[in-house]
Amino acid sequence: MDLEKFKVHGEPLIYGAMISIALATIGILVGLTYFKKWGYLWREWLTTVDHKKIGIMYILAALLMLFRGGVDALMMRLQTAAPEMKFLDAQHYNEVFTTHGLIMILFMAMPFIIGLMNVIIPLQIGARDVAFPRLNAVSFWLFFMGAMLLNISFVVGGSPDAGWSAYFPLASIEFSPTVGNNYYSLALQISGIGTLITGVNFIVTILKMRAPGMTLMKMPMFTWSVLITNIIIVFAFPVLTVALALMMFDRLFGSQFFTMANGGMDMLWANLFWVWGHPEVYIVILPAFGIYSEIIATFSKKNLYGYKSMVFSMVIISLLSFLVWAHHFYTMGQGVMVNSFFSITTMAIAVPTGVKIFNWLFTLRKGRITFTTPMLYTLAFIPIFTIGGVTGVMLAMASADYQYHNTMFLVAHFHYVLIPGAVFAVIAGFHYWFPKVFGFRLNERLGKHAFWWIIISFNVTFFPMFFLGLMGMTRRMYTYSEETGFGPLNMLSFVGALGLAIGFVILVYNIYWSTRYMPRDTTGDPWDARTLEWATPSPIPAYNFAIVPKVKSLDPFWESKQKNVPLYEDKITKIHLPNNTGKPFILGVIFFFLGFFLVFSMWIPAVVAGIGVLIMLGAMSFDRDEGFYVSAKEVEATEKKLRGETV
Amino acid sequence: MKKKGPLYALFLSLILLLPGCSSLTVLNPKGPAARTLSDTIILSIITMAFVLAVVYILYIFVLVKYRAKKSNEGYIPEHEEGNKLLEAIWIIIPIIIVAFLSVVTVKSTHAVENVADEYKDQKPLVIYASSSNWKWHFSYPEEGIETVNYVNIPVHRAVEFRLYSFGTITSFWVPQLAGQKYAMSDMLTTLHLSADTVGSFIGKNSNFSGKGFAHMEFETLVMTDQEYTDWVNEVKETAPELTEDEFKGLLAAEHLGRKTYSSTHLTFSPPPGDHGDHMSGHGSEDQMENGNPEHIDNKDIHPSPEPSSQTEFDGEPHPEVEQPLPSSDVEEHTHESN
Repeated sequence: MDLEKFKVHGEPLIYGAMISIALATIGILVGLTYFKKWGYLWREWLTTVDHKKIGIMYILAALLMLFRGGVDALMMRLQTAAPEMKFLDAQHYNEVFTTHGLIMILFMAMPFIIGLMNVIIPLQIGARDVAFPRLNAVSFWLFFMGAMLLNISFVVGGSPDAGWSAYFPLASIEFSPTVGNNYYSLALQISGIGTLITGVNFIVTILKMRAPGMTLMKMPMFTWSVLITNIIIVFAFPVLTVALALMMFDRLFGSQFFTMANGGMDMLWANLFWVWGHPEVYIVILPAFGIYSEIIATFSKKNLYGYKSMVFSMVIISLLSFLVWAHHFYTMGQGVMVNSFFSITTMAIAVPTGVKIFNWLFTLRKGRITFTTPMLYTLAFIPIFTIGGVTGVMLAMASADYQYHNTMFLVAHFHYVLIPGAVFAVIAGFHYWFPKVFGFRLNERLGKHAFWWIIISFNVTFFPMFFLGLMGMTRRMYTYSEETGFGPLNMLSFVGALGLAIGFVILVYNIYWSTRYMPRDTTGDPWDARTLEWATPSPIPAYNFAIVPKVKSLDPFWESKQKNVPLYEDKITKIHLPNNTGKPFILGVIFFFLGFFLVFSMWIPAVVAGIGVLIMLGAMSFDRDEGFYVSAKEVEATEKKLRGETV
Repeated sequence: MKKKGPLYALFLSLILLLPGCSSLTVLNPKGPAARTLSDTIILSIITMAFVLAVVYILYIFVLVKYRAKKSNEGYIPEHEEGNKLLEAIWIIIPIIIVAFLSVVTVKSTHAVENVADEYKDQKPLVIYASSSNWKWHFSYPEEGIETVNYVNIPVHRAVEFRLYSFGTITSFWVPQLAGQKYAMSDMLTTLHLSADTVGSFIGKNSNFSGKGFAHMEFETLVMTDQEYTDWVNEVKETAPELTEDEFKGLLAAEHLGRKTYSSTHLTFSPPPGDHGDHMSGHGSEDQMENGNPEHIDNKDIHPSPEPSSQTEFDGEPHPEVEQPLPSSDVEEHTHESN
């Protein structure tokens, strides 16, 4: 009887997925054994506390999830490509769009950004590491195990099916009796704790570990955006933690916070969810603004126009992001006063966002613009994101939203915001910083091919949805009839989705091709860039900077190149580094099992795993790590080898 | 610069592909509420087109003029801090635009949350619309009739829908007549609409509510006054009565076709309190959130069968509450008024 709960019934697609997951797992295990890579994997990756390697693992996981979420998206577009399609049934479609949303926001966009900030932030502020390297590993493994827990739901027990916003009472045990939403509450909880820890870690890193001379107003824009993002994380994620805990009590232990009877309030969930969920949108978009700022400055050979107003506008956006959550349910009947308040605060966000757009345009003005792949994504972002922005203002008008709410117009809007605002940004950042991390550029020709496929297909996919919304098509409909007239535009949208898939495949092929054939870069500065991370050799040695740089201006590396001001004034001395540790990984694995047992209400193993978590936490708190020193001689040798010259 | 070429060609062809504006249901309103919303949307599109135009012109100009080319090789751009005047301009103009749209928003929201001006002098026809699983129940307390999955209303008449749900949150939406509003299990929401022409308009639930969501549609048939009266009389004479058992059967069913009854479920399964009651439970009786005095007046005009005025439901209901929440398993409670 118990076994019955694990089974996912029905479709050949799911059986196909099960078989391919099993085959891939066996393949990886056999491969690791055959090539004798277990030790390498454990020593270099699973136990690492190096922020760069943790960043790379975040990005790898995010790329994987991008493809998982992308396949979900393709299945949805195929299912709605024509009226009365029979590709997916209602239940399967509901699971697919729910996991698509969850994965793309929480397990693709966020980790990709956290990955980039892990790799780049310490370098950009001239630091040797993050403030708490071991905690950083804990963050990663909690995120990763949360993501894996959500992913196995597809084949073990069933995925969440109440939408990524999981509104109650639909997500309650009464209306969603499968274990799907148990997975939701636990997978998000585990990875959410990881994110919260990241938030604390990076606030401390940025505030306490900047190179001497780097005042707050001399920080690069990406660092600023990450600082603000992490402050938002620290304020927003505890709300999610509480909401998910209440959800878990409702679903597993019979409490009634969000039910229809005994005093539960369904809209309380909606409020809690969006108090976290709206700032979450800015958590994925603000770092993008930082990435774009770096890239625009680099490839127009100019400093950022209006630096101060850029910083100020981000602070304003972060404050406003907490004051707009009720615009997600204008139609709740909360009255004219409340709706008007949230309308105005929502529209107000357009002002600081506009400031940023114009500052970017004026950074380009009088510059010398080169169209590299990262710059192309950045330039494409401006017109496309502006469409997303203005439709956002249209949606912000409470009255008009009575007609857009829950329609495809909304779907079009947030894809027009999130894809240029987060996905293009991480791709741009990926292309831009790739040579820093790996020591060679990605191929430009392939990069541009992928770019054009992605940009054009993106518009073909999502622009028709604005019209579908105005035609009255609601989101999350798994099927519709011929008479509705939704067919042709949905078909167009499906064609666009195929194009997007081709674009992403070219992007990945580019990584493979470039790894094999692209010439290695020994300068460490292939783009002639401006900020400190480019002052290190590529690939970056474990200690980042042989000598901690002295910062005298914004864009210190550019200054030092232009005016021959030395960045490094001290001599090379021995460098202290932390030891690797396997505890964060083990903690993550135990958390995974704890989550899994709770999902299936297996109480005894859950209690055992819970005790395991406590033991690991205890072991980590009493752990004394003295770290180790890299001798000055060794540092010098490494530097010489990486630069291919004398230091 | 070939960058924008394909994009524009694409947008243009998309717009041409559209089978005319009439298929854009939302911009083809048939009543004052939907017309207000349609006007608001078109106004915002025009305003935003202006913003887009400014950004796009500047964007194309900058990219064409300052791209790297042979003639500016070796050019090293100057350091440029920013410009207070320019930055002030792109702060102040957006603020003006936002202020303008805010005024439009507040006015139009107020307009559609109340009876339309043209129909102000009428007493609205009250219809309770409730959802269960993937169907809609429409109760006409004044006429004492109830329908499932279709609703008939007279033309040129203010109609006040009172929305609630016997299950998940749903959103009641007849795009050509009015914007949508949530129907929830623990409070009553109000939606005003009226139709200017006779005809059949599609209505639907637009808030995802589970497996059968995609099929949760109903027909809104707008009739002349005479046709409406005839229909009501015919229903009263020919349709069966809605008993509590029958209603429980309806609630339990997943999908249903159309049904018609000569009595309503409001007498034995009353709706939850409305949002006003909700607020007053917390001691702010004089400041009703809904701000619609007619809605409150109406309760006195129609005391029977008018369960909502007797409902004691408030923000902190407890098991002893006299009027239970509408839910399929409520059996022993009956309405005690009258």
